[in-house]
Amino acid sequence: MRIERIAVKQEIEDLGPVDLDLLNPLIEKYKSKKGNLIPLLQGAQDIYGYIPRPAFEKLAAETGNELSDMYGVVTFYAQFRLNPVGKHIIKVCHGTACHVQNARALTTSLKEALKVDDGGTTEDGLFTLESVACLGCCSLAPVMMIGNETFGKLTGSQAVKIMKKIRISENN
Amino acid sequence: METKVIVGLGSCGIAAGARKVYDKIEAFKEAENLQFELKKTSCVGMCYREPLVEIIDDTGTYLYGEIDEERALELIEKHINQQSPVKEYVVQSDLFETVDNEFTEDQVKITLRNCGYIDPENIEEYEAKDGYRAIKKIAGYSMSRLDVIQTIVESGIRGRGGGGFPTGLKWKFANNNKSDEKYIICNADEGDPGAFMDRSVLEGDPHAVLEGMIIGAYAIEATGGVIYCRAEYPLAIKRLEIAIGQARAKGYLGKNILGIQGFTFDIYIKEGAGAFVCGEETALIASVEGQRGMPRKRPPFPAASGLWKKPTNINNVETLANIPWIIRHGAAEYAKYGTEKSKGTKVFALAGKIKRSGLVEVPMGMSIRDVIFKLGGGIQGGKKFKAVQMGGPSGGCIPEHLADTIVDYDSVNATGAIMGSGGMVVMDESTCMIDVAKFFLDFTQKESCGKCTFCRIGTKRMLEILTNITEGEGEEGDIERLEELSYQIKDNSLCGLGQTAPNPVLTTIKYFRDEYEAHIRDKKCPALVCTKLLTYEVDETNCTGCTVCAVNCPVDAISGARKEIHHIDQDICINCGVCFTKCKFEAIKIS
Repeated sequence: MRIERIAVKQEIEDLGPVDLDLLNPLIEKYKSKKGNLIPLLQGAQDIYGYIPRPAFEKLAAETGNELSDMYGVVTFYAQFRLNPVGKHIIKVCHGTACHVQNARALTTSLKEALKVDDGGTTEDGLFTLESVACLGCCSLAPVMMIGNETFGKLTGSQAVKIMKKIRISENN
Repeated sequence: METKVIVGLGSCGIAAGARKVYDKIEAFKEAENLQFELKKTSCVGMCYREPLVEIIDDTGTYLYGEIDEERALELIEKHINQQSPVKEYVVQSDLFETVDNEFTEDQVKITLRNCGYIDPENIEEYEAKDGYRAIKKIAGYSMSRLDVIQTIVESGIRGRGGGGFPTGLKWKFANNNKSDEKYIICNADEGDPGAFMDRSVLEGDPHAVLEGMIIGAYAIEATGGVIYCRAEYPLAIKRLEIAIGQARAKGYLGKNILGIQGFTFDIYIKEGAGAFVCGEETALIASVEGQRGMPRKRPPFPAASGLWKKPTNINNVETLANIPWIIRHGAAEYAKYGTEKSKGTKVFALAGKIKRSGLVEVPMGMSIRDVIFKLGGGIQGGKKFKAVQMGGPSGGCIPEHLADTIVDYDSVNATGAIMGSGGMVVMDESTCMIDVAKFFLDFTQKESCGKCTFCRIGTKRMLEILTNITEGEGEEGDIERLEELSYQIKDNSLCGLGQTAPNPVLTTIKYFRDEYEAHIRDKKCPALVCTKLLTYEVDETNCTGCTVCAVNCPVDAISGARKEIHHIDQDICINCGVCFTKCKFEAIKIS
């Protein structure tokens, strides 16, 4: 069940000040709309990469949504995060087609190369490694996605190579 | 005619490098000031040949496959500049036969009629392919709402999302419930791992889905439309947004559409937030309303009380894309295809250990064997076909000896699998069926919303038993325990997720019981997949003594000096498989 994800590391942490003014256009856009809770949270996550505690409080105060409803929604859907993520999110597909084409090897190699667990972020804050259900590129299995770019027909070492390339260009 | 160069830019094409190919051709065209029209399209279904570039000139059409940047320039140079097509890269042409004709010749494209043929970001190209003619026909001939519904009923089309409920009946129910506000929702939350036809339709022909929704809205008198699309499909969302903007500008959406007095309708996109259960209609509605996506008891059905408690009709992407075609060609033309109880065509996503993976659309009634071996070209690497998984986490595995089953709702159901949304993941002898069952249970266990006890806890217990079996801890009676839990979960869950979650386990027990027994009694995995049940040994002829395996072994079970043959101490070995993945000389044997 989804509650498992909360147990991993999903308490709302106070991670210092965030620029809350960034939320104003978003609040303006959705304030009076029915069913605005999910778009508001999605918008906040687009801004910060995760949803910081002060953002929850501001959204609650200015849109009339209850904090408890927000927390309920955020912990229900896989998309939402309560902690900062790396600059690049590596999503390794574990859909059926990728599974039978050995997607496990990609996750294992990346875990080892990045020295993080599934769902973890590297110390330098560059990468977050995630396993996702299906990216819909089954014909190119096994697949991973970094940002909006998809890479197909990979082996473990190829996946690591792609990650290292990004790391080198980031460090230069 | 000006020569056209068309690059396939669907998600799959882009993943294979088509964007770079497009950019390369564009830069080359400008640098050399070449005269041809460079265009974009989406996926034509031949994913196994991506990236695809089509060149259409006065002599005919040439679809080139596996075109990287280098080959793209070669194509332009030879085909455009020297007018000599490069036959070795051609996968399809209207001038001559190719091996890939097997993939296409038995297909009937209704849903996918425009995918890969038009620029999905250009409404004029859709209109040129008779787009929006169906809604114009309705307006022009003053087809009444009931006429439209009757046409859909007579066509026999059933919901393509998996349930297989007759679409026309669904519309009838929604039409019968009178209200000043009504909604039509397009379910584009394609969550089944292994299915990607909805993504392909949304990316390749978004206007067909919009037109289908507009017709549905007219039929049931809907006032608002919502497309609930997965956030994992950014390209589909982008193209839908473009398409909605264009349709508004042309008056296909808005007030008094095409002069039909009082027909006012608009569509907006709601991005999903990642929950498989939201494919279930009451959960989807809860999610659109901004709540946790948990299913509720029915009745009332959405047709009576759905979004914002108003009558609501929900159809799947593939269903809606068929609607304009049915209205234009008539019910009889559609019902010509298919079997007695399953009319029309169905799109299947071929993936897994199959030679030609991609999207195919075939008339209902074709055998699974023909789809896999004729269209799909059979199994990769000459291995033996073992089973095909149909219907995703709600479906099951159909074994080789039932491959002559035909694809229609009732025949597939009879095997214990379901048609589902049409994913076909092909498995060969190197796939462990217990591992597959465990994979799906892991998925449904995580995706269970937690509302019903049997689904929430039952799937967890089943996963534990399956995990034990794959790790050599299986006990006599496990199979029976799995079966008992399965029936309890099926009987005591509110929504489709729980009611079908045990199917992958039940079908694998039914058809591959011997494999379960091998795991439980002999502690062996016949497909050599479950690492804990394997023995790792050094192959002395291949070992070079490089020490990589010994260095990486987490429990120091491997001994041997540099440049000497290594040895694995079976008493210490924990069967983690690290040595096997690390060895570059294939010197670790598995048995």
